[in-house]
Amino acid sequence: MIRVVLPHHLRTLAKVGDEVHVDLNGNATVASVLDAIENKYPMLRGTMRDHRTHKRRPLVRFFACGEDISHDPQDRQLPNEIVNGREPFFIIGAIAGG
Amino acid sequence: MSGVRVLVGTRKGAFILTSDGKRKDWKVDGPLFAGWEIYHAKGSPVDPNRIYVSQTSAWFGQIIQRSNDGGKTWETPGSSPDDLKGPDGMPKGESNMFVYDGVPGTHMWYDGTQHPWEFKRVWHLEPALDDVDHVYAGVEDAALFESKDGGKSWKELSGLRKHDTGAKWQPGAGGMCLHSIILDPQDRQRMFIAISAAGAFRTDDGGNSWKPINRGLHSQFMPDPNAEVGHCVHHIAMHPKKPNTLFMQKHWDIMRSDDAGDSWREVSGNLPTDFGFPIDVHAHEPETIYVVPIKSDSEHYPLDGKLQVWRSRSGGNEWEALTNGLPQKDCYVNVLRDAMSVDSLDSCGIYFGTTGGQVYCSADAGDSWNAIVRDLPAVLSVEVQTLK
Repeated sequence: MIRVVLPHHLRTLAKVGDEVHVDLNGNATVASVLDAIENKYPMLRGTMRDHRTHKRRPLVRFFACGEDISHDPQDRQLPNEIVNGREPFFIIGAIAGG
Repeated sequence: MSGVRVLVGTRKGAFILTSDGKRKDWKVDGPLFAGWEIYHAKGSPVDPNRIYVSQTSAWFGQIIQRSNDGGKTWETPGSSPDDLKGPDGMPKGESNMFVYDGVPGTHMWYDGTQHPWEFKRVWHLEPALDDVDHVYAGVEDAALFESKDGGKSWKELSGLRKHDTGAKWQPGAGGMCLHSIILDPQDRQRMFIAISAAGAFRTDDGGNSWKPINRGLHSQFMPDPNAEVGHCVHHIAMHPKKPNTLFMQKHWDIMRSDDAGDSWREVSGNLPTDFGFPIDVHAHEPETIYVVPIKSDSEHYPLDGKLQVWRSRSGGNEWEALTNGLPQKDCYVNVLRDAMSVDSLDSCGIYFGTTGGQVYCSADAGDSWNAIVRDLPAVLSVEVQTLK
């Protein structure tokens, strides 16, 4: 089980609390986590990445174990701490503007 | 008992203001979709309980919300448990998927170079006149989309964007937005749209092909002030019983057409300034129109700090200032293009919202005004539903 922390506005959109949980079939990567979130919460499709190209939206960032992995390949394996649920995977709205 | 429901879109959420037919005492609900920009909310003329909302964010993109109960509850179409499954058994969640038809191509950028068409947001939602699930969306960068399944999926009516003049369209200060959609109630194949800064267009075949309708517009800032396209049209309005007559608030100039847009003439008359954004028509008097004059294109606030709606009862040229109840000193708000609306009660109500967060109502066609609310976030749009 992967723990995911969504930004505030996506929590209200999906009507969920501070953290959501998803189960993966196979490798734990940014892409597979996003796939699982979008399958469970289809109203979030298009809000984190492009519907078709899956390119990350410019003001959305991904963090794992304190590291900004926004620019890493989306098929990169996530750290064990994320995979085993000890650490949450963070999806963050970039701090932009006041 | 009759009443009104005012749908207000703001920079930080939507609000619903309701009152009985007297329009004196108001209930304010909201914010809905708190923290998101609500560019537009509009109810279906077929069923007023069906309301569509454009919810946007620079961070998270476009969202379409829909209510089937007059705004009590909301859903993103295509995301409920009952309609999640497509033919392949997977969730769809495509209500915010606005994809241009084919290769998007380019339009003119601010500096005169060509720039790729890029979807940014939905500015205006126009529910169809005869089908609660049919709705049009005017978007930035300028294009027209439609949904025939209640907003679950969208298809571009690409004949507009692919018009021969498309490469000459350019963004106004607010972006290259398709902000006005007017459906002709007497000819279901006819529709008018307006784009800033391209101009007005008309289709006579249900959206397949489009014709620029800008003859008579004069825009001094353009290399050719009388060009076929490139005009910064801020808003257009029509009375449903007189669909060949259109009124336009252009960047500068109030314009009028009596031949469905084929030609226009200026009717700014005695207005103190003819710059502004909204324009609307009285519900029962097709020749009574309203504008909110703004000082200039460089100073987006009322002249001398006095907020004034101006009314013409002659379809333009002769105008009178309506000030009773509006601030007449130290007022420096703006009224945006989709932030004025009218109800259809016997005594026509006029409504507008400001960038200062006030929503004003006149229950007597503009003779006197009261603020329904004074401290909302900046108002982007106002639509009124008359409930009978």
